[in-house]
Order: sequence, then C-alpha cells, then structure tokens
Amino acid sequence: MVIVAFAIIRMKDLFAVVMLLGIYGLISASFFIVMDAVDVAFTEAAVGAGISTLLMLVVIAMTGRKEKANRHKPFSALFIVLVTGGLLIYGTLDMPHIGAVDAPIHKHVAPRYINDSMAEIGVPNIVTSVLASYRAFDTFGEVVVIFTAGIGVLTLLSVARRKESEEEISSINDSMHEQHLVIRIVAKMLIPFIFLFALYVQFHGDFGPGGGFQAGVIFAAATILYAMLFGLSTARKVINQTFIQLIAAIGVLLYGSVGIVSLMSGGNFFDYNVLASDPIAGQHLGILLIEWGVGCTVASVMIIIFFNFAGRQELHQQKERVQNQEPS
Amino acid sequence: MIAHLPILQVIIPLMAAPICLMLKRTQLVWLFSIIASGLAFAVSILLLQQVMASGVISYELGGWQAPWGIEYRIDKLNAFLLLIISGISTVVLFAAQTSLEKEIPKDKHIFFYVLYLLSLTGMLGIVATGDAFNVFVFLEISSLSAYALIGMGNKRQALWASYQYLIMGTIGATFILIGIGLMYQMTGTLNMHDLSQRLPEVEQSRTVLAAFAFVIVGVCLKLAMFPLHLWLPNAYTYAPSIVTAFFAATATKVAVYLLIRFTFSVFGFSFSFTHIPLQTIFMALGLVGIFVASTSAIYQNNVKQLFAYSSIAQIGYMIVGFSLSTVTGLTATLLHMFNHALMKGAIFLALAAVIYRVGNVELNNLRGLGRQMPLTMAAIVIGGLSLIGVPLTVGFVSKWYLLMALIEQGWWPIAVLILLGSMLAVIYVWRIVEVAYFKEPLNKNSTIKEAPMSFLIPIWVLVIANIYFGIDTRLSVGVAEAAAQSLFGVAL
Repeated sequence: MVIVAFAIIRMKDLFAVVMLLGIYGLISASFFIVMDAVDVAFTEAAVGAGISTLLMLVVIAMTGRKEKANRHKPFSALFIVLVTGGLLIYGTLDMPHIGAVDAPIHKHVAPRYINDSMAEIGVPNIVTSVLASYRAFDTFGEVVVIFTAGIGVLTLLSVARRKESEEEISSINDSMHEQHLVIRIVAKMLIPFIFLFALYVQFHGDFGPGGGFQAGVIFAAATILYAMLFGLSTARKVINQTFIQLIAAIGVLLYGSVGIVSLMSGGNFFDYNVLASDPIAGQHLGILLIEWGVGCTVASVMIIIFFNFAGRQELHQQKERVQNQEPS
Repeated sequence: MIAHLPILQVIIPLMAAPICLMLKRTQLVWLFSIIASGLAFAVSILLLQQVMASGVISYELGGWQAPWGIEYRIDKLNAFLLLIISGISTVVLFAAQTSLEKEIPKDKHIFFYVLYLLSLTGMLGIVATGDAFNVFVFLEISSLSAYALIGMGNKRQALWASYQYLIMGTIGATFILIGIGLMYQMTGTLNMHDLSQRLPEVEQSRTVLAAFAFVIVGVCLKLAMFPLHLWLPNAYTYAPSIVTAFFAATATKVAVYLLIRFTFSVFGFSFSFTHIPLQTIFMALGLVGIFVASTSAIYQNNVKQLFAYSSIAQIGYMIVGFSLSTVTGLTATLLHMFNHALMKGAIFLALAAVIYRVGNVELNNLRGLGRQMPLTMAAIVIGGLSLIGVPLTVGFVSKWYLLMALIEQGWWPIAVLILLGSMLAVIYVWRIVEVAYFKEPLNKNSTIKEAPMSFLIPIWVLVIANIYFGIDTRLSVGVAEAAAQSLFGVAL
C-alpha cells in the first residue's frame, strides 16, 4: 500500500495514476477483509476500486493524461503534512492495541449490538442492524450527502444540448465502437449478470455483507459500462436525465417517509418497531424499505455523475473537432 | 407532535429538498422553499420556548436509547443557534427569486433551491444533534451543498473560489473525522453527552490530546479563523449574492457553535482551558485576526470582498470572547453570533439589491447611489454602523458585553485594542458612505431605480431587527446569558 501510494504521488502519467488508485482501493479492501470488516471491504471494493476509477477515467479523457510540469516546490505544504503525520503517530502512542479485549470500543456500546441485536432487530448481519436501525439517521444523512453530490454535479456540469449535435455525436460513436467488437459482445453477456448480482446484494444485505450502498454502486457500474461501450446517446435512450433525477429524489423520499410513517404511528423517527404489529417484522420491513431508498439514490446519483461528466467530454471533443475543421 | 419537534426541525427542510426537484415550476419551488424554511423557523421558536421553560430536550432517534442510537439533544445553546439559522434563511429566501433572475441561468433555479434547502438542513442538523458522528454527516451535507452553491456564481472565478473552499473544507472535515475517530477509540461512544462523561477518565492520554488538536484545527478551518481564513473572501465575493447573504449570516456561526460545543460540552471546560494553553492561543489569534482582516477590508475595492474581510474580523471578536472562558465572555460571543447574523444578513442582502440594479459592487460604481437607491444604501449604512458598534444598534450590545467581559478580568490593554479595531471598521464603512453619498454618479443620466419591494422588505426586516434588538435586548441577551451559564454548569 505504501509503495503504491508513493508511486501515485511521483508519477506524472495520470492514466497510470488512476489505475494505481484502483489498485490502492483494492489493497485497502483486502486490508479490511484481514481486519474482518467484510462490509467495509465490500464498499471499498465497489467504490474505491470500482466506480471512482471509472469516473476518474472519464475526467482524464477530458483533461489529457499528462500532469503539467510543476516547478515550484511546496515546502510549506510538506511541513504541514509532516506535522499532521507526526501528530497522528503521537496520537497512536496511547492507543489500545489492535484486538485488545479490554479496549474501550469493545466494552461500551458494542456489546449490546453483538449480544442483543438479533433479539431486538432479528437481522443476522450486525453491521446492517447498526447501519439501518440503531444508527439509521446517520445512514439517512449519508444518502442525503450522495443526493447533494448528484445535484451539485448537475448544477455545475449539466449543459443544455442541442438536438443536432447529439445526432452527430451518436454517428461518430457508432463508428468508434465498431472497433471494440469483442469487448462489446462479452459485455453484453456480462451486464445482465451484473444487474442480477446488484439485486442479490440489495436483498441479501440482511444476511451477508452488502446492502443498498454496494448494490447501488454495482448497478450504476453496469449501466456505466453499457454507456461506455454502446455510446452515451444509446444509454440516454434507455435512461433519460429527468427520469434518473426523479429516482434519486424518490430514493431519499422513500427513506425519509419510512421515518415519517413511524412518527405518525406513534413511535420516534425511524422507530421501525411500530411499523408492524410484531416489532421484529416491523424492523424487517423498515430495513428493507430504507435499503431500497439507499439503492435507488446511490445508483441514480452515480449514473447522473457519469452522464454529466461524459456529456461534458463529448462537448469538449466536439469543440476540438470544430476547431480542427476551421483551418482547413 | 410537540414531542417530535427536534427531529421536525431538520426533517422539514430535508424532505422538502427532493420534493422541490419534482415540482416543475420555478415559482412554485420558490414558494415551497419559503414554506419549508418558514416552518423550520416556527419549529425553532417553539423549541426555544420549550427549552427556556423546561430545560434540555432529548430525542431518541429510532427509539434506541442514547449511546446505542443517535440522540438529538436540544439545550439553550443550540436552540438559540437554530433560531438564528432558520430565521435568517427564511428572510433571505424572500429576496431569492428576484435576485436569481439576474445571476443564475433560468434552468438552474430549481437546483438552486434544492441545494439551498439541503444546506439549511445540514446546518440545522449539525446544531441539533447530540452525536459526534452525526455532526460529521450533516457537516458533509452542508459543505457539499455550499461548494455547489458558491460555484453557481456567474463569474468564472466562482468555480475557483468554490474549489479553494472545497479543498480547505475537506481538510477541515477530515480532521474533524479523525478527531471523532480517535475519541471513539478511547471511549467507545459517539454520543456527546456520553463522551463528556467518559473522556475525563482517559484525559491524560496522548490519543485524546491528538483528538482534541484535530477537532479544533478542523473546526477552525471551517470557522475561517485567522490564519485559516484564506478561502473565505473569494468564496463570499463570487458566490451568488443570495448565497453570500445566507452564508455570511449563518455558516461561520455553525462553526463557532461546534467550537463551543466541543471545548465546553464534549472535552469539558477543565480539559480545554487548564490542560491546554487554548486561552492564550485563541486570544492572540483572535486579536491578530481582527486587525489583519479589518486592515485588508480597508483596501478592498469590491464591496462584497470588503465585507467578507470584515466578517473575518468579526469572527475575531467572537474568538476573543470565547477565549476569555468566562460566563460574560461567552455571553458576548453568543450575542455577537446573533447580532452579526443580523448585520451581515442586512448588508449582504442590500448588496444583492445593488447587484440587481447596478450589475456589480465595485466601489467606483456605487457613486451617488445614496440618491438613486436611498433605502438600500441606508440599509447598508445602518448595517455598517452596527458593525462599528454605534449605540442603539445590535453591534453596540455585543461590543459592550465583550468589553465588560474583558474589564471584569482586568484586561484593559485588550479592551483598548478592541476599541481600536472598531475604529478600523469606521474607516471601511466610511469609504462606502463617502462614495455613495458625497460623489456624483458616474453617469448623470443613468436611470438606476430603487430596488424592488421583494428586496426592500427582507432587507428592512433585518435592518429593523438590527435596531430593535439593539434597544430591547431581552431575547438575545437573555438567551445568550442563560446558554453561557448552562455551559459553565451554573445553576439557574
């Protein structure tokens, strides 16, 4: 991990840097597995190694793959980094050892999660019960963060496109994609399975690692793969922008309304116990619904981000072409 | 429903945001946002009444008991903040539609309101929660929406300003997260109240010390405290005017709140102020901040930038009050948070009106505006007087309390410095007055009219509040004092 990190800092070729970042993500994911944090590892693999690499590749396609030579040496920045790093190491000196039984984190809040969550919530995966029930509001916040990110990208990047240019682009795309015949056929076979896997992760979050976040990301990754290979305009025909915005909003609303319904039925916000006559069934229903909310928002926001970045790229290419044509 | 007020405070604007995205008409979205923000304001009034009457309100989210689930904990301090934030947000929104017409392309108006509501949600969430990790989550919501809102400014520099803020803000947020992580490691809990009880046991450990350092530096980045203020002037200058008015009045207050919450409630007074030389550091930085920022303000030619620097100076006053670590000092800080929100809200809204009519706020273009837009300019002048601290304005009240606090401790030299700092404010406010009232308009035949009513009403609501709370201080001083006392654990 350290080696990869150094390589990332020193390298000038941005394409290689992005690839290395993907590797970095994958190594951290393995690291989390070693630490027995399977859910975190899954998320890291899906986000760090998967979708963020994809998005960065799109950006590189727009900006060019070489870093500009930078002659000034930021020593003051190095100083600040060293101080921060020093402070972090200083902080570790009094930390309890990894896996120490008497560490405070194992003694205070965690035992109840481990011992009672099965009886209180009835979900075998403790991580899911903490995320979706004990600390459901944090997860709701995270979903809103993602929603905010999507809207932010939309506001700053979305461009009003003209009809004619779109047709022109699609014709170019077609010729360009003829070259990747093998990849396209393989992808065509794989994509349905990726979607299926996303659904599996979505529903199986109660029992194994996974849940709405990971499922949403996988779902989006499959869509993005499709868009990359078959052209953005083809993908847009399947999923249009307004529709996907609607889904993102609905995801947040679905999550929130679970809270509001429980509030109306006499419980506190996100108190799933009141959702059904039997508390455990209520918990199940609540978790199922909010995981759907998470999945919807995450998937659609990822797709929104990709569409808008890629849309910019097309605009960019188009401008370049116009510029090239002018001199001749 | 009364029992659910704490969560409604945050959930109303939160749920309104995605609904806005579904409403197709801009006008409708605008009205809807006003309603959502207004409801949040109403809730905050009820909460404040309830807290003042019967003390701390605790609300368990998901029905899980506190350290296991997330708790909303409303005491006098955050009820006060909730009132400021939702109040300013509502007033500012009234002017939003007219101002946006000239500053943001039509097809992005809906996104603007969605982000605005999300930003409001984020700030309310940070303030209302009693859980350290929940603070971080809502901090992310408010920051992300803030970056996008600032980036919407119509000049290209807006994107750069937003990027600068993004980098600094992200570092700040990461530091806060590291701090929270370290605290969790040492105590096994994320609940603030629980943390405050469990931290003293491990107070001597280096990990807690590191946690404290990370949290404080992170919060100070968000706070734009000198010398970590570099992102603020550009962000305020290039953001759409409505955003500037909203953020200048609220965003830094939220960071000040976090500073107070972490030092007083979480780490505890004795740890923060006796264990660590926080007092000296903050006092020095606060004072230097006042002078450096006020001096920079004098040299600015863009009026928005001028007042942005003045904001940094005002943060300096809050920090000085805070660093005194006495009840009166803290009262002064809290009062100044309230009062500064009123002043800067009024001033930046008036500047938004100027931009609406004139197109920009370069000092040169303000010539003779005192005659052309008398009501708007009068608002800026009253706001400016309030910044200086002239009697009968709110600025006077908070300066008065700050001086009392300093004299109470026998720190005469610093009291004198504070007065000198106010003199600098006189200079920069005077520059505007001079240009607006004593210079001939650039173009004699220009037909610049008074701002439309949609601006004047919210501006003058804030201006009148500036004067009203300068005379009748029962609400602001009463609550601020009670909040400060409860932070020191003084029985009421």
